[in-house]
Amino acid sequence: MNAVETTGRFGAFGGRYVPETLMANLLELQAAYADARQDTAFQAELRQTLAEFVGRPTPLYFAARLSEAWGGRVYLKREDLAHTGAHKINNSVGQALLARRIGKRRVVAETGAGQHGVATAAACARMGLECVVYMGGLDCERQRPNVERMKLLGATVVPCEAGTRNLKVAINEAIRDWIANPAGTHYLIGSVVGPHPYPLMVREFQRVIGDEAREQFAARHQGLQPDAVVACVGGGSNAMGMFAGFVDQPRVELHGVEAGGNGQGPTSATLNHGRPGVLHGAYSYLLQDAEGQIAPTGSVAAGLDYPGVGPEHSYLNDSNRARYHVVQDGEALSAMAELSRTEGILPALESSHALAFTKKLLRERPGLTVLVNLSGRGDKDLPGLLAKGLLKTE
Amino acid sequence: MTALDRAFAKARAENRRALLPFLMSGYPCRERFRADLAEAARFADVLEVGVPFSDPLADGPVIQAAAAAALREGTTLARTLEDIATLPAGAPPLVLMLSFNQVLARGLGAFAAAAAAARVAALIVPDVPLEESAPLEDALATRGLALVRMLAPTTPEARMGRICAGARGFLYAISVAGVTGTRDSLPPGVEDYIRLARRHASVPLCLGFGISRPEQVRTLAPLADGFVVGSALIRLQQEGKPLSPLLGALRDATAIQGDRS
Repeated sequence: MNAVETTGRFGAFGGRYVPETLMANLLELQAAYADARQDTAFQAELRQTLAEFVGRPTPLYFAARLSEAWGGRVYLKREDLAHTGAHKINNSVGQALLARRIGKRRVVAETGAGQHGVATAAACARMGLECVVYMGGLDCERQRPNVERMKLLGATVVPCEAGTRNLKVAINEAIRDWIANPAGTHYLIGSVVGPHPYPLMVREFQRVIGDEAREQFAARHQGLQPDAVVACVGGGSNAMGMFAGFVDQPRVELHGVEAGGNGQGPTSATLNHGRPGVLHGAYSYLLQDAEGQIAPTGSVAAGLDYPGVGPEHSYLNDSNRARYHVVQDGEALSAMAELSRTEGILPALESSHALAFTKKLLRERPGLTVLVNLSGRGDKDLPGLLAKGLLKTE
Repeated sequence: MTALDRAFAKARAENRRALLPFLMSGYPCRERFRADLAEAARFADVLEVGVPFSDPLADGPVIQAAAAAALREGTTLARTLEDIATLPAGAPPLVLMLSFNQVLARGLGAFAAAAAAARVAALIVPDVPLEESAPLEDALATRGLALVRMLAPTTPEARMGRICAGARGFLYAISVAGVTGTRDSLPPGVEDYIRLARRHASVPLCLGFGISRPEQVRTLAPLADGFVVGSALIRLQQEGKPLSPLLGALRDATAIQGDRS
């Protein structure tokens, strides 16, 4: 085992800051995951599930009209075409297989935009596991279609009405559920956050995005690689999955895009405006006040509306291997409309942040070849955006 | 001998188990907290004070709500340290309970210095397990403070041994797998778990989470060295009721009768 596998540290970041009640579970999970990683039968079942249930590989798509409009070459990794409409399913099926392997019959999960909740509900239905999803009350309102989808897939959705009523609160409640039910329950975290081994394990379940994209790109371009890779970052799982395929290629720039909110209120740009601290089990950058209280966050994108970030992103940030940028609500909404009209693809609000940054990048450096992780589809966002008048369809 | 050692020794000498009342700093308001803390000090062997945190993972609804209210009242670490410094010189030793991020926000060394200056005896930081405890324990030890280590019903015996081996001050045994809060009954295995933990413990072993009634304390008194009561007191504060009747009954229940294990 290497250092990350034993201590869960990416440089100074990561670790496992959890109540003692959960330590036995985390150590059990760490051992079970290490074991499953070496087990060819487990890996074969995961590959088959990704192919037949998730629909992998997802396509690499050259966005010709968008490229012309923005003045570069834009490729989209089409995670929006994965089953349930986002990259989240890659991790959900991986962890659900692992939960079943270690004999856990009940799964709890948190969700922000609802994509992880839907993916986990689907994976649990597929594997015959009980599924409970915690979701902030605010997010239940703004991502209503996903709430209905989770219920249809057999999950119990628990709205969390405490405090900020968003993803952070949903994670608090999911962790408390796990503390109260440590024996038969697996906590299926949806991002590269939380205590070790989650940041490592979720990255490994998501690295299929980057591994596929690198091969697909190289196959089309005689082994060449894109100049830059771009992905949105809330907790950072789609970005980490994409970056994992390129991090060892120093000539490929890695760009993460954080949510800047509406320009007046709070942001969710943890790496740009936070400082290191401990939340939800890991030492990582954090939006907080001088007393160490977690600061309020804001973003039109529920999936990015989180005051923390995965510890490996903090490491990539501090080591300058990746750069993290900020995009505001309005810019993301424009990019969402623009991709819809030019390419016939409706992106999720979260992924639209990555697109909006790409537009700015190409304005500064025209002609770049950019690979964008289109992490999810935007159907879930429409009712909320139309109701608030934030998006016009005419 | 530290203040904590003396407090547990005194209870033993009086043929009692220790009582550790928990109050949330700044709840329900600063004045009432100070008055209730002084009141609790009359019955306590060790005082436990929570510094409110925005996102406490190990707390149930009662203490979560108290923390949120205390934060709305403007409660800070600095204010908490000022308030506990107003306790008279003969007051029981005081233990602060908070989340690790609140310690990190000050810096480990600066936090230890400030806490020592306010005569804090130890820290309980529930989100710092054994694996992550060394830097904090070292920083506290420099100022003569202990980090109270925790045991849970899910802790395997070999791990229990490792946790108990370096424990200072006292050990905090979580009675149930779950968050803080009052419970009608404790799970059936609790007595075996406490007996097992006690075999490994070389410092006093205190039981917390779910302890709210004098009958529970009386039943468990033969097994543990001390009892933490939190949510039940906070509920009284919520209802605007005085704490002394419950504190008095709890104190009476700590008397050891018969079986002195």
